[in-house]
Amino acid sequence: MARKVTTGAKIGWTIAAWVVALLIFFPILYALITSLKTEQEAIAGFSLIPSGTFENYVTVQTQRDYFKPFMNSVILSLGSTILALIIAIPSAWAMAFAPTKRTKDILMWMLSTKMMPSVAVLLPIFIIFRTFGLLDSRVGLTVMLTLINLPIVVWMLYTYFREIPGEILEAARMDGASLWKEIVYVLTPMAVPGIASTLLLNIILAWNEAFWTIQLTTTNAAPLTAFIASFSSPQGLFWAKLSAASTMAIAPILILGWFSQKQLVRGLTFGAVK
Amino acid sequence: MTLKTFLLGACSAMAFVANAASAETLTIATVNNSDMIRMQGLTSEFTKANPDIQVNWVTLEENVLRERVTTDIAANGGQYDIVTIGNYEVPIWAKQQWLLPLDGLGDNYDMDDLLPAIRGGLSVDSKLYAAPFYGESAMIMYRTDLLEKAGLKMPENPTWEFIADAAKKMTDRGNDINGICLRGKAGWGENMAFLSALNNSFGGRWFDENWKPQFDQPEWKEALTFYADLMKEAGPAGASSNGFNENLTLFQQGKCGMWMDATVAASMVSNPKESTVADKVNYAIFPSKEGVNNHGNWLWSWNLAVPASSQKAEAAQKFIAWATSKEYTALVASKEGWANVPPGTRTSLYENADYKKAAAFAEPTLAAMTAADITKPTVKPVPYTGGQFVAIPEFQALGTTVGQLFSAVIAGQSTVDDALAAAQATATRDMTRAGYIK
Repeated sequence: MARKVTTGAKIGWTIAAWVVALLIFFPILYALITSLKTEQEAIAGFSLIPSGTFENYVTVQTQRDYFKPFMNSVILSLGSTILALIIAIPSAWAMAFAPTKRTKDILMWMLSTKMMPSVAVLLPIFIIFRTFGLLDSRVGLTVMLTLINLPIVVWMLYTYFREIPGEILEAARMDGASLWKEIVYVLTPMAVPGIASTLLLNIILAWNEAFWTIQLTTTNAAPLTAFIASFSSPQGLFWAKLSAASTMAIAPILILGWFSQKQLVRGLTFGAVK
Repeated sequence: MTLKTFLLGACSAMAFVANAASAETLTIATVNNSDMIRMQGLTSEFTKANPDIQVNWVTLEENVLRERVTTDIAANGGQYDIVTIGNYEVPIWAKQQWLLPLDGLGDNYDMDDLLPAIRGGLSVDSKLYAAPFYGESAMIMYRTDLLEKAGLKMPENPTWEFIADAAKKMTDRGNDINGICLRGKAGWGENMAFLSALNNSFGGRWFDENWKPQFDQPEWKEALTFYADLMKEAGPAGASSNGFNENLTLFQQGKCGMWMDATVAASMVSNPKESTVADKVNYAIFPSKEGVNNHGNWLWSWNLAVPASSQKAEAAQKFIAWATSKEYTALVASKEGWANVPPGTRTSLYENADYKKAAAFAEPTLAAMTAADITKPTVKPVPYTGGQFVAIPEFQALGTTVGQLFSAVIAGQSTVDDALAAAQATATRDMTRAGYIK
């Protein structure tokens, strides 16, 4: 039976939700406001009213090329996500529908790799990349981003796949479907909301990754994270320009997130209610 | 195509990726300072004259750049052909054979024109390992109107006693004017740059001849107490988070009577487009303490060097020779005016009448740089070189830790005695672990 909610409670919860949403969004909003200030205004202190100059966007565009790092960000985030899904879907299938007594341990081990600080393996990874000529290459960085996000992708897909009744897959097998056909034509379409949200989340994670994308690139494969980092200055004002660069860097992913929020929420709550 | 075939193909493709860089494309790592940005803008002049060389720029935050370049050189990555580094790193890296000596700068380079103090800091065994792009010392930048209002006149060689008196008299907190603005943000290159120079001018030192830390000596206590009291009485609110950029803004907005910092700031505080007090600024040499003949010995330069891992050393030196030449200075002057040329590297610049006319800060800058001697930074003998830093690899970490302890003093979270005791303990532990103290 549904609980009765009073109008006062509704208003209270709505206000609370807006306050929380604004708090979460505030850093992005403040970056946008700062990008519309002069450098002197930006460093002068807290203020929500900018002078409204677009000079920083012009300077950022004049000083550095935005298009190349933007394209690199698109290629790296999409490439690493697709590669991760190609590896993770069969892995998650095996763990969800053909588990062994070590499956849980493997899942925990995969997750544990996320617990290690990245800098701890910087030198070995750097040497491997150097040896294989992968430094500053999009292919190398795609592999790297795939590997660091793979545990999360496998875990998410495993959780979604577990919600799908195994009997349906068995029925497909009875009808003569091969393993490949079972995964592609039966499992994948049923798990589309879960796969879509995993895909979107992984794109966001790859887009925002700022350790390896800066450490392993120089010019050819450097994405927008390196573009942002280049505007910090030890001697000279830079907050407004840095904010403009940040706004330009996060705008595409923010727009993607805005338009796909329904799928994201649906996917993330998939299986939450039985 | 089966999944297996696809994966095998993908793996093979990854294994055979080759470095796409062309033989004569130079990759230059640099920081985002205005002089560097200007150099990037003028690169086409170099490539026009050298069509066989292309240039790619990698601009990074100062600490990220250090980290990246260190990793690259240590692991022989060969990603950079030219790196922008400070005079702190140059002797350390040169001794580790991470840098190539610059012996291919050409006959027209005029190496003898480089300021001796700067050249000395970039040379090991008489070989130049980096070419200075711009250099700086530290000096006093002060408001002439406020000093006059206080009934004072800046002496030729100001003492800290005079500065303290002037700062208190210039302070007018009702009108948001602070007598003095100094660095307080923690960091080896932030507050510790100023405090090390201050300590030098008080007759103190970081280490004695046996590498024993000296924070338990009276000079450090006197210097830190002086700094903490001065900031309390005449400094801006929240000074513990102020670095170069924050103090620059305060000064430009007319909120500081005096500011002691890098000489490169002079062109910024005197630029009417940025500064509201551009026509009321004058300069004086870094103060000394009554009875101690030491003006802090602050000396810094941003330099271009060729890492030992570069495969394009010849082309790299060609670029360095161009970017640090007298001709480059003339090029900047013709495009953007003499006030915007990179300062502090060549004697000839300070003999140039056009420069002296355009840059009122030229003489005091040269005086500050000439007075700085990083080979003998302190009154008492020391086993190290460096003025506002100690030129040993351990200094970055140690300087930042001590900087945090001292920053806490002006934030009101610690006392001078507690901070000095903690600094002494930390420095003794770190220096023992590093093998300096036997």
